[in-house]
Amino acid sequence: MQFTDEQITRYSRHILLPEVGGKGQKKIAQAKILIVGAGGLGSPAAYYLAAAGVGTLGLIDGDVVDLSNLQRQVIHHTADVGRPKVVSAKEKIAAINPDVAVVTHEERLTAANALKIIGQYDLVIDGVDNFPAKFLINDACFFAEKPLVHGGILRFDGRVTTIIPKKSACYRCVFKTPPPPGLVASCQEAGVIGVLAGIIGTIQATEALKLVLGIGQPLTNRLLDFDARKTALREIKVRRNPNCPLCGESPTITELFEHEAEICAVRT
Amino acid sequence: MQVKINGKPEEVQGTTVSAILKAKNIDPHMVAVELNDQMVDRAHLDHAMVKDGDRLEFLFYMGGGR
Ligand SMILES: [Zn+2]
Repeated sequence: MQFTDEQITRYSRHILLPEVGGKGQKKIAQAKILIVGAGGLGSPAAYYLAAAGVGTLGLIDGDVVDLSNLQRQVIHHTADVGRPKVVSAKEKIAAINPDVAVVTHEERLTAANALKIIGQYDLVIDGVDNFPAKFLINDACFFAEKPLVHGGILRFDGRVTTIIPKKSACYRCVFKTPPPPGLVASCQEAGVIGVLAGIIGTIQATEALKLVLGIGQPLTNRLLDFDARKTALREIKVRRNPNCPLCGESPTITELFEHEAEICAVRT
Repeated sequence: MQVKINGKPEEVQGTTVSAILKAKNIDPHMVAVELNDQMVDRAHLDHAMVKDGDRLEFLFYMGGGR
């Protein structure tokens, strides 16, 4: 593929980087990235990956925009309330960069559709808000052997980690199973400082671009925890767990399934 | 004895991970526990002995994203 003069200008600040160059920009243009959840984390990730010139961006989300989303889900505007999130996000991406092909999946990721959808992409960004979905994404990326950039935010805290299936620690190596329903606040009733979505989502986008380019050190075998109260980052080393039910020595999970949906109640 | 919990030195009572969680009022179902960089299975928290100078990580679930 050849870049047009306009594209060379658009991506010039990338092309100027020795670690990227024209060759790297072509890798970005050929990359296919799936963002699961067009919400708080998905919004900044989609914005920056689109601006970067990622060739194909997949968006999967079955929800419509709610007024309470706008405090952090910055890809959706006031006029989008009531519209499908994937449609709203697709329009913004097209406005930023017409080079990007946006594939919308207006549905929820399930055990039945996950492998088929994830199989069409090179890597996956987790931008979902609940534990059953986070475990499903982890498992599906393991079976499909796709790198996963995991992210989570709650109140004033955020976390990012990158998972290369069969090579680095997976989500289940650390957290074997979801917490019992209702024990840990994770759903819409829990508060979150809106900018956290931007901080964590853009770190996820950075990880995705590094993986596409094959540069730097991926955030594997490390959990990066951010505390917005202190403006402090902490890195926790993790490693593959031989007792992991998914990627361990004698796995008990051999096919995709969905954990019980959470009861959206916050116990304090 | 003194152990490092989530990077911070703390004086703790008790010699097992379970006892330390209990003293800190943390429900074991809410955390994944790492002792000196090794995951401790939730079923083994009662038997996981902690010595002076050990490093503990209590990793809380972080779920949101939307
Ligand atoms: Zn694992």
